[in-house]
Amino acid sequence: MTAPPPLLEIRGLRKSYGTRPVLDGLDLVLPPGIHALLGPNGAGKTTLIKILSTLLPHDGGTVRVLGLDPRRDRRRLQGLLSLTGQFAAVDGALTCTENLEMIGRLFGLPGSLARTRAAEQLERFELTRARSTRAATLSGGMRRKLDIAAGLLSRPRLVILDEPTTGLDTRSRQVLWEEIRGLAAEGTSVLLTTQYLEEADALAEQVHVLDRGRIVAGGTTQELKALVGGAVVRILDQDGAVLEELATTGTAPDLAARLAEAAHRFPTATASIHRPTLDDVFLHLTEAGPSADPDGAATAPSVAPVRV
Amino acid sequence: MSALAPAAPALHPAASAEPRAASFLTGTLVLSRRSLLHSFRDPESVLMAVLLPVMMMLIFVYVLGGAMSVGDGAPSHGEYLAYVLPAIALTSAGFGASFTAVVVSNDMTTGLIDRLRTMPFPAVTVLLGHTVASLVRNLLATVVVVLVALAVGYRTDAPLLSLLGAFGLIALWILVITVVFATLGMLAGSAEAASGYGFILLFLPYLSSGYAPVETMPGWLRAFAEHQPMTPLIDAARALMDGQAAGADALVSVVWCTGLITIALVVAGYVFPRRTSR
Ligand SMILES: Nc1ncnc2c1ncn2[C@@H]1O[C@H](COP(=O)(O)OP(=O)(O)O)[C@@H](O)[C@H]1O
Ligand SMILES: [Mg+2]
Repeated sequence: MTAPPPLLEIRGLRKSYGTRPVLDGLDLVLPPGIHALLGPNGAGKTTLIKILSTLLPHDGGTVRVLGLDPRRDRRRLQGLLSLTGQFAAVDGALTCTENLEMIGRLFGLPGSLARTRAAEQLERFELTRARSTRAATLSGGMRRKLDIAAGLLSRPRLVILDEPTTGLDTRSRQVLWEEIRGLAAEGTSVLLTTQYLEEADALAEQVHVLDRGRIVAGGTTQELKALVGGAVVRILDQDGAVLEELATTGTAPDLAARLAEAAHRFPTATASIHRPTLDDVFLHLTEAGPSADPDGAATAPSVAPVRV
Repeated sequence: MSALAPAAPALHPAASAEPRAASFLTGTLVLSRRSLLHSFRDPESVLMAVLLPVMMMLIFVYVLGGAMSVGDGAPSHGEYLAYVLPAIALTSAGFGASFTAVVVSNDMTTGLIDRLRTMPFPAVTVLLGHTVASLVRNLLATVVVVLVALAVGYRTDAPLLSLLGAFGLIALWILVITVVFATLGMLAGSAEAASGYGFILLFLPYLSSGYAPVETMPGWLRAFAEHQPMTPLIDAARALMDGQAAGADALVSVVWCTGLITIALVVAGYVFPRRTSR
C-alpha cells in the first residue's frame, strides 16, 4: 500500500504580478490536518491560496495539492477542495437555502441531495430559522457562516479558508472555531490563513509564518514561541503595578534563581511568569526578523529552520 | 520538539468518492435560474425596463408624431407610431441589457466568482445565465411595448411569418447587445463604470433611421447613420412589420450582429479566465 500524498507539497513556488514578485521561492510541505498560515497584510497569503485552489496560474516551481497539480489536474482537484475566500461568496439576492442548493447543484449533486445537504448545513450552522432570508439582509456573522457552510456542502477533502473570521464578533468566531475543529475530527483537512495569532493558536496543529513571499518559520505554536526564547518574570506591587521585568531563559533553575533574587529585593511583592505569546513571535519574525531587512541581505539569527 | 507528522486521519467517508462535476447544461440551467431570480427580486429594474420604453413610445408618438411626416401624406400619429415601433423595441433592448453590465460587473468584483471558479463545472455558464435572464427580461419588455402600441392604435396587416421575422431580428439584437454589455461589465472596473460605458451605446438608436428618415439629416450624421448596425436592423424590421420584403437590410443586419457578437465573445473569452476579484 502506498502512503497517501501529503496535503501540500510546494517547492520553489514563484509568482509575480507584472514585475513585482509576490511569492519568491516558497517551500512548504504539509501532512493532512489543520494548518494555519500566518502573515501580515500583503504577505502573499491570498495569492498562495488562489494558486492552490486553481484560481491563479503560478510562474515557477512545483505545486501539488492532495498529490494533484492545480494546473494540469484542475478539474479533479476542484472536486476535492473548496475555497472560502476573503470576501463572502454568497449571493445576496438569494435566500440561505437557495444559496446552498445552488452550490450543491453546481458541485454536481442531484437536486434532492442538494436540498438535503443544504438543510443539514443550515442546521449545523444554526441558520435554519434564517433559511428563507435573503443573504444580503443577514448580519455579517451569519453571512460568513452561510459562506463557510457553502464551502462544506460538497464534503471536500481540503477546506481552504482565507481569513475566515476577519470582522466577526467573538461569539461567531467561537462558533466557527468549533466547526473547524469538528471538520478535523471528521478527517477533513483545513488550511486557513489568518492575521490573528490567537486563532492560529486555537486551531492549528502547525502554524507557518509567511512574510514577503516566503515561509519564514513553521512548527507547532509551542515551537514558534520557543523561537523567541525564555519567559519574563514580572514583579508587581500590591496594587498590581509592574515594578520590574526580568528576562529569563525560561528553564526552571533560571526562573528559580530570578525569583529568589526578586524575593530578596522586593519582600512584599507578587510575581508572575509570562511565556511569549504568538504576537511576540509574529513581531519577532516579521519585523525584527531577517525579512525586515530592506535589502533582503539577511542573516537569520534566531529563526529556526523551516520545518517541511 | 515533537514529531510533526500526525497519523493521517481517516478520510471523510463521502470524501473519498470520485468527485462529481456539474455539466455545462446543469450549470447553465442553475445559473439562469439564479439570474432570473435576481431580475425579478429587483422589481424596480424590471419596472424600469418595461416602463421606460413605453413612456418613450408614448412621448415620441404624441409629442413628435403630429409634426413628423414620414409617409407620403400629412403628419399623423398613427403613421409615426408604426414608424418608430422597431426603434423603440431596439432602444428598450439597450436599456434592459445595460442591467447585464451591472450584474456581471458585480459578480466579477465580489467573492462569488472566485468560489464558482474553484468548482468543477464550466464557470463561464455564469455569463450564460445572465444572458438568458436578459433575453427573458427584454423579450418581456418588447411584448409589453407591442401590447401598449396595439392599445393606442397600432395595426398591421403583415403576414405572421413577416412579423415573426421582425421579432427574430429584435431578439437577435437583444442577444448581441446583452453579450456586448456582459463583456463591458467584465472589462469595467466597477458596476458604476460598467453602466457608464453602456450609456454611450444607448444613444445608437437615435443616430439611425429609427426616429427620423436619414435623408433629413446633415451629411456627416447621415453618413454615420447609414453605416451603423441600427439602421439596417430598423429598416428591415420596419419593412417586415409592414408586410414588405426586408431585402438586403436583413442580410446586412445579420452580418452586423454576427460580427459584433463574435468580437464580444472573443474579448470575453480572453478576459473572463483572467479576471478574479481583488
Ligand atoms: N491582482 C493583483 N495585481 C497586482 N498586485 C497584486 C494582486 N493581488 C495582490 N497583489 C499584491 O500582492 C501582494 C500580496 O497580496 P496578497 O496575496 O493579497 O496578500 P495577503 O493576502 O497576505 O494580504 C500585495 O502587495 C498586493 O498588493
Ligand atoms: Mg489576503
